[in-house]
Amino acid sequence: MGYVFDLGAVLSGQYLNWFLIGIATTLALTAAAWCLAMTVGILLTLVRMIPFRPFEWFVALYVEYHRNVPLLVQIFVWYFGVPSLLPRWARLWINAHHGEFLLATVALGLAAAAYVAEDLRSGIRSIPKTQYEAARSIGFGYLGAMGYIVLPQALRIVIPPLINQTLLLFKNTSLAMAIGVGELTYRTREVESYTFKTFEAFAVATAVYLAVSFCIMALGDFADRRLKLEAR
Amino acid sequence: MLQILQDNWLLFLVGQYPHGPIGGLAMTMFMAVTALTLCFPFAIALALARLSPYRVLRLPATAIVHGVRGLPLIMFIFWTYFFSPLIIGRAVGGVETLVIALVIYEAAYLSEIIRAGIEGLPKGQVEAAKALGLGYFATTFKVVLPQALHNMLPSMVSQFVSTIKETSLGYVISAHEVTFAASQVNNVLLTKPFEVYGILALTYFTLCFALTSLARFIERRISAERGAAPGVTVTA
Repeated sequence: MGYVFDLGAVLSGQYLNWFLIGIATTLALTAAAWCLAMTVGILLTLVRMIPFRPFEWFVALYVEYHRNVPLLVQIFVWYFGVPSLLPRWARLWINAHHGEFLLATVALGLAAAAYVAEDLRSGIRSIPKTQYEAARSIGFGYLGAMGYIVLPQALRIVIPPLINQTLLLFKNTSLAMAIGVGELTYRTREVESYTFKTFEAFAVATAVYLAVSFCIMALGDFADRRLKLEAR
Repeated sequence: MLQILQDNWLLFLVGQYPHGPIGGLAMTMFMAVTALTLCFPFAIALALARLSPYRVLRLPATAIVHGVRGLPLIMFIFWTYFFSPLIIGRAVGGVETLVIALVIYEAAYLSEIIRAGIEGLPKGQVEAAKALGLGYFATTFKVVLPQALHNMLPSMVSQFVSTIKETSLGYVISAHEVTFAASQVNNVLLTKPFEVYGILALTYFTLCFALTSLARFIERRISAERGAAPGVTVTA
């Protein structure tokens, strides 16, 4: 067909540079959104444990919204919608501080938080209540029972699904290209349109995504095996 | 918000049809249904290959499933977008591109659901079928799959919900679905982005929440059915 597959053309000079910036941005976005997701996820789980009906409803609504609306639409709501409600000075501040990266982080993090909260809840729920009661009856306080007995067991159950959520989060950062965040997919398109080396550019991106994903998957498998063994 | 809906509800529902290509929510649903229907045979084949005792079948199927799980959907969309003209020999529209990419992507995920469904069946079912003299295909298609698929109904409804959500990526390649329609409305109005995307989010939410509730309902029905099945005690 006369098409010469030439990886060198996209992996040199400024194009290599673009790829590296893209990879760094993808990883930074993953890390920032991950921290937000964990914080909000834990907060939601704590709020849910408070026996006050409206709190439970709020968390349930939060989770259902983030599960039933496409992530891309959530990103659009944050990127296009929310700033239009803010006062002018806040909009200017956001624009001056990498607005698209910031809002993409918020959208990705809050969406992942819903899944994290669900995982945490099912993890805590799967520890029989008698464990807590036994701890209390031998003299542990609420914090002691939770901290020494319930949570260590729950964490063991929760870690593999949380690693899986990390994988999803990592892949979902690719959606941030739709609002112009210069992450890997966005940079790949840029390299492609400058060099016309379509297949090479996407081969590089695919390889990077796969490499990172496989690392996360391997970590998940390792945690799965390790924690299961200890549980016996 | 109501004013926007009043002015644009038709665009949200069917896109520019009849003055242009069909789009909007109708296209979203069409793509989701088509993708899920078309990926079904591939998903079953992948699941059976992963459970097969032959390495030649098992290894490539496992590689495909892991490969797909490791990549963002957007990568598949771009690969399809650039590759299919080479294979078919002509430019491919956004809708076809998205459906093809979704078929590949969903097949891998659905195959994991089907595999879990098959593995979840008591071993006795296969043994009984074999004891009756049924071959591999009769066992699989008359005994194993019908039961496994029935038990998997809730997961499949959830998979349908994910597919609906994933069609929103059609926006990236200008396939005329409901997210694209919303961005068109937004480009015309300019000043009401929160309202426009709020309507879009609400539309998806209503549709998908109804379906996830349906999945929960079916799940309860099936587990009640299993619990109530008389005289069936299975020791694995």
